[in-house]
Amino acid sequence: MQLTVSQLSHSYANVQVLKDISFTIADGEIACLLGPSGSGKTTILRCVAGFERPSQGVISSDNEIITSQTIHVPPAKRNVGMIFQDYALLPHLSVEKNVAFGLHQLSRTEKTKKVQEVLEVVGLEKLSKQYPHQLSGGQQQRVALARAIAPNPRLILMDEPFSNLDVSLRNRLGQEIKQILKHYDITALMVTHDQHEAFAFADSIGVIKDGELQQWDTAYNLYHKPDNRFVANFIGQGAFLDGKVGSDGKVQIELGGLDGQILQSLEPLQNVDVLLRPDDVIHDDDSPVTAKVIHKAFRGADILYTLALDSGTRVLSLVPSHHNHAIGEAIGIRLEVDHVVAFTK
Amino acid sequence: MQAQMTLSSKKTSRISRSFFNWRLVVLGLLCLVMLLPVFTVFQQALLAPSDLNAHLNEYVLPRVLFNTIVLVVSVTLLSTILGLAAAWCVSMYEFPGRRFFSWALLLPLAIPGYVMAFVMLGVFDFAGPVQNFLRNVFGSSAWFPNIRSGLGAVLALSLCLYPYVYLITRGAFAQQGKRALEVAQSLGHSPRRAIFSLALPLARPWIMAGMLLVMMETLADFGTVAIFNFDTFTTAIYHTWFGMGSLPSALRLAAWLMLFVIVVLLIESRGRQQRYTSMGDALSNSRESLSKPKSFLCTGFCGILFGFAFLIPIVQLLIWFIEHIELAFSSRYLEFFSNTLLLASLGSVLIALLAVVVIALQHASRTRNKEKQISFLSKLLSRLMTMGYAVPGTVLAIGLFVPLVWLSKFLVTMFGVSQLLLAGGLFALLLGYNIRFFAVAFRPVDSQMQRLSSHFEEVSESLGVVGIKKWQQVILPLLRPGILTALALVFVDIMKEMPLTLMTRPFGWDTLAVQIFELTSEGEWSMAAVPAIAIVLVGLLPVYLLNNQREKTLKS
Repeated sequence: MQLTVSQLSHSYANVQVLKDISFTIADGEIACLLGPSGSGKTTILRCVAGFERPSQGVISSDNEIITSQTIHVPPAKRNVGMIFQDYALLPHLSVEKNVAFGLHQLSRTEKTKKVQEVLEVVGLEKLSKQYPHQLSGGQQQRVALARAIAPNPRLILMDEPFSNLDVSLRNRLGQEIKQILKHYDITALMVTHDQHEAFAFADSIGVIKDGELQQWDTAYNLYHKPDNRFVANFIGQGAFLDGKVGSDGKVQIELGGLDGQILQSLEPLQNVDVLLRPDDVIHDDDSPVTAKVIHKAFRGADILYTLALDSGTRVLSLVPSHHNHAIGEAIGIRLEVDHVVAFTK
Repeated sequence: MQAQMTLSSKKTSRISRSFFNWRLVVLGLLCLVMLLPVFTVFQQALLAPSDLNAHLNEYVLPRVLFNTIVLVVSVTLLSTILGLAAAWCVSMYEFPGRRFFSWALLLPLAIPGYVMAFVMLGVFDFAGPVQNFLRNVFGSSAWFPNIRSGLGAVLALSLCLYPYVYLITRGAFAQQGKRALEVAQSLGHSPRRAIFSLALPLARPWIMAGMLLVMMETLADFGTVAIFNFDTFTTAIYHTWFGMGSLPSALRLAAWLMLFVIVVLLIESRGRQQRYTSMGDALSNSRESLSKPKSFLCTGFCGILFGFAFLIPIVQLLIWFIEHIELAFSSRYLEFFSNTLLLASLGSVLIALLAVVVIALQHASRTRNKEKQISFLSKLLSRLMTMGYAVPGTVLAIGLFVPLVWLSKFLVTMFGVSQLLLAGGLFALLLGYNIRFFAVAFRPVDSQMQRLSSHFEEVSESLGVVGIKKWQQVILPLLRPGILTALALVFVDIMKEMPLTLMTRPFGWDTLAVQIFELTSEGEWSMAAVPAIAIVLVGLLPVYLLNNQREKTLKS
């Protein structure tokens, strides 16, 4: 189903937690709300689920309004599945009873069949008689997913679903769940503070800060074409350098003019801050321009160098890890900037 | 778009923001019923003409006032000293028997004051084995304090009530005593000085809480002082009403007693606000090991306390019980026993049900209404309902009698309903139990409810399981441990309850506690052991629960 949120605002006791949030998720799309803790992303999720009644705004699914000033469809009638950070598995029910919990309108045989089916999809058919406390974290997560998809919801909401799992499991399970959601063609909205999780999982991502939507875009665009300084800072790594717009409209920094596509509209002769990503700064032994290694972080396949330019300005550079240089050493660099990200001062 | 909106608004529920909140009204009515006896007592004491005013003011009131104050002050002091010393030893020092005493010193909680009282009289009174022995050794002039006095009542009550102070302060010391001592010592205080400069002041709010609990129990006590013939407000209410037949005078005495209770409640609500934060968990194996003589002192103290408060009474009860074992199987006793079981089961189920209903109403009015006032009001109302615990059974009995008589008269004139149904019936007794023990059931269920993640409810709602089904399938199963605890605690409390049952029970509904009152007022100590043993045995259950709960909270 298509989910549309428009001009959503919400306050708790005179503190505004959401300001004028609008976005649309296409049918079958997997979207993610990404932001620091306390940014209000979970509140958006709870408004969509119907647990929270926003002060203002309209939420509709497939053009049918489910939340507005006058309408509030109760959570039970929204056909929306919910997965919580703590999974909220009912401890007194076995795995199959948990999964069958939302299937009260089905007959007994239909129920058994459906439970069987979703447990097979999540790979837990052998554990159907077990109780939640007998399962590992990853298995509990799968039960929560099975329970949420069993009643054929049109939309699944996930609140930090992977944060209780260790990193390797997180990636594997994330991919698996993504496949399952795509298989059933379920629209999904996830909330997380972890950008790697968001990148791996979502088709499109909304970055939230202080209750305001900063940018709604693909992972690639958030990284390479950030709309504002917050998104540029929050997503990925990078360094800001002083720059100036030349009379030709080209952006000049101390390492020279930048040739890439300029995203923001800039006036000539303006002073700007220019974002350089670690992959914009290429290590090249033949380059005449050099910078001194200040700090290095070994990451296996590559090394993230913090380099000081002649003026003392620092930039980051991601270099394949066989280029192993000592701290204090001067190494050659050159720029390869496809997208020029510059913000006026 | 407009058409669509009207279409979908038909399908969906509109949130009505009505001013009239039926949940709040129900809570308010329940609260009114619960506080009815207290209102009645004050209203009647102020307005009703008293027939025995002169007699009351001249003879009864001064003596009863003096006795009550002396009793409350001495019992509070003695049980605080005993409980505090025992808690300190057990949580600070390592000595032979420490692990055993740590839980065994709680066992006296299972012995009601009136049982302790008649066992003490049986053992230490003029005709008892101790004075007989002394006379045999030292001749007939051997002196022994008169146990049938205020002194006896103070001793018996203190031995029964010190476990409250012990339980609460043991928790406090285990949480922060040792860490506080380490901090003090690192700042140059000697261990001995650190006790008084830091550890005790830190534990003061908990010590106060224990003391206030003891005060409340002492004010409410009826059975113990009755056995020692030491007249306090509770016994005076009983004698004035049942002996002299003066309801107005009894009501005035009840109002006096309620004044004392309210003072204690006020102190308690002030004390609640000033507990300190924990200083971090102390290590359980960090108790100081003592030198030989000192550790013998600890073992000796705990041993003597345990002996007098539990071992001697139990052994004496068992000896008497075996003497009269045939009584236990007589049809009369089987009737007392079945009466008690029936009342306790009926009462505990009703009260646990009430607790669940109140929690459900409070919960619903909190989650449905974002308006702060409503959730605040519902919380206030349910807290007011728990105040019934502070009302002494004697006050309850008399405070319920007046409005119920009025109500049954009204019903008779209106509908011709039988009078007995309300005033003297089971209804009054069960209502009284509900008022007195609601808090006992409410607390465990409420704390379980507060520990439940709201996610359980939200998952249930998002899967379409709502309303009463949500309670049946999700919340009630999750509340089960709390409800079971509530049932067990209330069951035992009703079993032990004496004054309310004595004064309100319908004809033919003698319970074990009532039987103890009747046997002891005739001096039949050894026969009273038969019902007492049953009460003590069942009473061990909540002690076990309490100790378990403490250990759990200390571990987690």
